[in-house]
Amino acid sequence: MEVLENKIVPSIEDSSCLQKIEVGHLESEAIYIFREVVAQFDKPVLLFSGGKDSITLVRLAEKAFYPGKIPFPLLHIDTGHNFPETIEFRDRLAQELGVELIVRNVQDSIDQGKVVEEKGRYASRNSLQTTTLLDALEEFKFDAAIGGARRDEEKARAKERIFSVRDDFGQWDEKNQRPELFDHLNGKIDLGQNVRVFPISNWTELDVWSYIQKENIEIPSIYFAHKRKTFVRDGMIWSAEDAIVHREEEELVEERMVRFRTVGDMSCTAAVLSNAITIDKVVSEIRESTISERGARIDDKRSEAAMEKRKQQGYF
Amino acid sequence: MDVLKIATAGSVDDGKSTLIGRILYDTKSLTTDKLEAIETRSKANGFDYLDFSLATDGLVAEREQGITIDVAHIYFSTKTKSYIIADTPGHVEYTRNMVTGASTSQASIILVDARKGVIEQTYRHFFINNLLRIKDVIVAINKMDLVDFSESVYEEIKADFQSLIGKSSYKEQHITFIPVSALQGDNVVNQSENTPWYTGQTLLQHLEELDAQDVYEKSQARFPVQTVIRPKKTEFHDFRGYAGKLYGGDFSVGDEVTIVPSLTVSKIKEIYFFDQKFETVGRGSSCVITLENDVNVSRGDMLVKSSEKPRLEKQLEATVCWMDGSSLTPDSSYYVQSGSACVLSKIKHIEGSIATDFSEKDISKNKLDLNEIGRVKIQLSKPLAIDSYSKNKASGSFILIDAQTNATSGVGFVE
Repeated sequence: MEVLENKIVPSIEDSSCLQKIEVGHLESEAIYIFREVVAQFDKPVLLFSGGKDSITLVRLAEKAFYPGKIPFPLLHIDTGHNFPETIEFRDRLAQELGVELIVRNVQDSIDQGKVVEEKGRYASRNSLQTTTLLDALEEFKFDAAIGGARRDEEKARAKERIFSVRDDFGQWDEKNQRPELFDHLNGKIDLGQNVRVFPISNWTELDVWSYIQKENIEIPSIYFAHKRKTFVRDGMIWSAEDAIVHREEEELVEERMVRFRTVGDMSCTAAVLSNAITIDKVVSEIRESTISERGARIDDKRSEAAMEKRKQQGYF
Repeated sequence: MDVLKIATAGSVDDGKSTLIGRILYDTKSLTTDKLEAIETRSKANGFDYLDFSLATDGLVAEREQGITIDVAHIYFSTKTKSYIIADTPGHVEYTRNMVTGASTSQASIILVDARKGVIEQTYRHFFINNLLRIKDVIVAINKMDLVDFSESVYEEIKADFQSLIGKSSYKEQHITFIPVSALQGDNVVNQSENTPWYTGQTLLQHLEELDAQDVYEKSQARFPVQTVIRPKKTEFHDFRGYAGKLYGGDFSVGDEVTIVPSLTVSKIKEIYFFDQKFETVGRGSSCVITLENDVNVSRGDMLVKSSEKPRLEKQLEATVCWMDGSSLTPDSSYYVQSGSACVLSKIKHIEGSIATDFSEKDISKNKLDLNEIGRVKIQLSKPLAIDSYSKNKASGSFILIDAQTNATSGVGFVE
């Protein structure tokens, strides 16, 4: 038996890469948060998008409750514009873990007339997710929704709490947040309120990738470099294979070697040129990158306060 | 890699956000798209320089007013360490944010405007660093470019500040003075040619050498049980594991432990992290512990070594920092939450409020208003296992939760 330090046990392959030890500290914090959620709430749910952050959350939840099973279901809000690779991956993971997977569709919210599709060349269903999400929380009476948002992603998220209280409308009141001191997390809420929980708040993009590498976690193939038919618009590379982003005739299709750094709604997620076909190569690419992860998200480029506005309305 | 958490404090216009922006810029932590956004915005605001404060002010209201309202967390890393900066606003009315940011930090940067010197706000910032027992405090004397990088100005401010240290109740605190210009980058990451009289380290050099150990520091081992794991699987039929995070010290298989508050005694049988067993678990680790005999343990209980028992109290005496708009008054009810324990309590006596500027001019009143600090006696409905904050930060601190509104209304430091 070995000694377990607050940074996870150093094994032989660990010593070759400095990055891994710091994840141990963050890992301990994330596991602590998961356990607080289960202890303090009646009906938690993990919001699962099939992206790397939520896949990381699932692994951390497994660790937090081992040898028990993950004690809450996964909820996916499907925009209908997801990469097919992600959907296939999602279903397989839930089955392997023996965890209940709930899927609610933005298309249903559109059909019910609750939301209206956006128009224009960057029309996206990304912000429409909010209504479907709030309806799902209401339907199952979930009182805590665990998400993979990180504070390093965006300026408004840098102000987010670990336990973020939302009112009946799912709204974030950024000027009236509960102070969070030491490890003392206050999960007391009124009936009708719910809490968004962010166990990997303090992780950076590189921390997530290093963890995926160290833990050898399987992720959808679109995160790795592959050949894809793409076109360029406003300096960004868009997938031309799925007809979700409407392509103008003058926008030429070309096959490029690309990968995706985030796997949000296809309509607002651009690809980056890359040769990183393995996790090791992805990690070194991220380490050297000079563009932020959300730099390829057109939803944040709409305005400087785009994220803050979406969050006030109940977005993650 | 080690993680160092730093809290920053300064008054309005001390250039705190600019300092953080400068650190990010000089450590090449700003990505091209973020830098472009800052350039565009700086131009739009009519500046002929890059306004680095734009890198941190996240909310619309903050950018409009050019001030920081809420604690923001900023991340960057060097070859040796990862850093998390809790950027806390320095206005009088935002004491609660400063206490919040400082509660999870090992080090703190206090900004002083070289033109203004040590002002009342500086006292208050230092007082909070003192109360929370932040190990390393860096006094960054900023805007040195506006006082011609004068050595005598720097020395004067340093002397003023040192007179405060005499009044400090935390003598082991390590305090360092550095003359900087955040706007121009002097002594932030790179050594300045403008201060030949200063032979000390730059801000970043100093941070790089700080010990990035756990905020909770070495002390007696404390293991608050968060939840009990009882898998419904055949291979773990009789498994009863106690899940929690260990603070202060180590636990090993075979250690005799006492469960508080029940005072039942048992021995550690196994230590699990995920699907592996370990001989010893170090502080700061989340793990699962099983015990030799079938004892009654649930959330709210704490495992400690039998030779290191904490105090078991039904009455608390603590220094409380009040964070709620409605005042703390005698006879009111609050939950006291510490570790995984949460007990209903009644406020018996308030001795408020302590002057946070070291003037010793305490205001005698039996209530605490928002952002005030005072000594409070609390009657608990059930005994709670606690330590003095000066001995153990995890089991010596608690939050007060309003039983009506559920708000986190205050934080307490056990005497």
